[in-house]
Amino acid sequence: MNALRKYLDKIKPQFQKGGRFEKLESTFEAFETFLFVPDKVTTQGSHIRDAIDMKRTMTVVIIALLPAMLFGMWNIGYQYHLSVGVHAGLWQNFWFGFLKMLPLIVVSYVVGLGIEFAFAQARGHEVNEGYLVTGLLIPLIIPVNTPLWVLALAVAFAVIIGKEVFGGTGMNILNPALTARAFLFFAYPGEMTGDKVWVYGLKNNPHVADGFSGATILGNFATGTTGHNPSAHDLFFGFIPGSIGETSKLAILIGAAILIYTGIGSWKIMLSMVLGGLLMGLTLNVFAVNDYMRFPAWEQLIAGGFLFGTVFMATDPVTASQTETGKWIYGFLCGVLAILIRVLNPAYPEGVMLAILLMNVFAPLIDHYIVEANVNRRMKRLKRVAQAV
Amino acid sequence: MASRYLKLLTKPLNDENPITVQVLGICSALAVTVQLKPAIVMALSVTIVTGFSNLIIASIRNTIPPRIRIIVQLVVIATLVILVDQVLKAYMYDVSKKLSVFVGLIITNCILMGRLEAFAMANKPWDSFIDGIGNGIGYGMILIILGFFRELLGSGTLFGYRVIPESLYAAGYINNGLMILPPMALITVGVIIWIQRSINRKLIEK
Repeated sequence: MNALRKYLDKIKPQFQKGGRFEKLESTFEAFETFLFVPDKVTTQGSHIRDAIDMKRTMTVVIIALLPAMLFGMWNIGYQYHLSVGVHAGLWQNFWFGFLKMLPLIVVSYVVGLGIEFAFAQARGHEVNEGYLVTGLLIPLIIPVNTPLWVLALAVAFAVIIGKEVFGGTGMNILNPALTARAFLFFAYPGEMTGDKVWVYGLKNNPHVADGFSGATILGNFATGTTGHNPSAHDLFFGFIPGSIGETSKLAILIGAAILIYTGIGSWKIMLSMVLGGLLMGLTLNVFAVNDYMRFPAWEQLIAGGFLFGTVFMATDPVTASQTETGKWIYGFLCGVLAILIRVLNPAYPEGVMLAILLMNVFAPLIDHYIVEANVNRRMKRLKRVAQAV
Repeated sequence: MASRYLKLLTKPLNDENPITVQVLGICSALAVTVQLKPAIVMALSVTIVTGFSNLIIASIRNTIPPRIRIIVQLVVIATLVILVDQVLKAYMYDVSKKLSVFVGLIITNCILMGRLEAFAMANKPWDSFIDGIGNGIGYGMILIILGFFRELLGSGTLFGYRVIPESLYAAGYINNGLMILPPMALITVGVIIWIQRSINRKLIEK
């Protein structure tokens, strides 16, 4: 560690103003602060909000994502071997999935960080940390078959249109990872929906085992095909086809525990979103005019990407509500809308992405009214006191 | 003399572009630019209507009672739009079908009323005519750029002819479905504005 620090200090002057690599200053700065907590402190006033800085925050989120990612890798192999009717061991499944997943992660990081570094360099500011998490989130919320160039395009769109035009990390209105997914969903629907995209190579595979279906449970409901639906046990543990990171609810809950324990993800948003989803599910259960509406509310929560969206997407501190009361409202409406879109709109078998994006847009409005209400309340109190005196 | 006309003609192309600077006429720009051909026809129609309505209003500007000037302007625009519509129906029926209601809606296009109120009511006919044509071209230019990219990336064609080779599709290329939808048209307009402002720095607000 010490040797690394000394080496960094030695080469630092070359990257500062007047040095040989002056143009790469923000690149150097990004790596330096990634490796070591920066020693810069504010000189005027006090702006400290927390003991850990952005890069350390992002690292915790990455750690929270690891269980879902590792399970996702194993599940890619498991689903593939299931689809061809071959029995495979734990490591064989994992290794297969690892090799399929790696290119997606590499492309996501190379393209996304490349654009981030280019923008930081051109605008002369520090490289934003936000992409560290976004870069891992994007491969986790897409099907394993997504072509790499399509992924690269979506990442570029999300980083440039979703983030940089608003001023970079912390200024974006929409969650960048979901922006990338929305782009894919509307631009390349053939690669993002249906029953052939969720299992590796299913589209052009001539040796599919008898009776194997790559459809997700939500896809079955949307198309009206009943029958081969996975059990609640499979839904919870994740032995089902789906976007890479969303399948195992257990792995996501481990991530949620890490986020809540470290205080990085807001438990208020998670809890209220689950409550919202549950309430909407129960309401639909009451009417129950078709199979989808009869689907038990608690199973809605462990189907599809609901839990992944709840834990990792809705809690994004930039795009969620900032006020504490606002978080309850924001999360609750996310949950309600997710189930509402899912069940009542046949064109979108999964509504979590659209619900969270929609609520991202409304989060500043919610905050505005919460703050206004607070101001009014205090004004009234002031008046009351003034009258009493 | 000539330089003044040139200025009237070129100012709406860049510094005072109706779409990218004044942000007028956005809805038709999003609606008719899925393909290049309707976009070009729309651009021509609007250019003709802005040019001639400016010319006519500027010629009679001193005889219009100020209190009913909007109605008079509307009558002139509506007449011209109906003429254009009839010509399109007679000679380019398929394009007219595609443009559908948007030809009729030229009447409500903000660019027209804007130019009449802001320019034709206070300037000579010939100047106004040039100004109208310039604004029509400024609007049409953006429409054609939009139509070009949306048709090329969204359907892989230009004027209905396939331009992206089969071999590329065989290699895994897929048309971008989002390009056909209006939201992406709006984002594309945003990107055009971005590029324009990074070249033409005086447009950036302080």
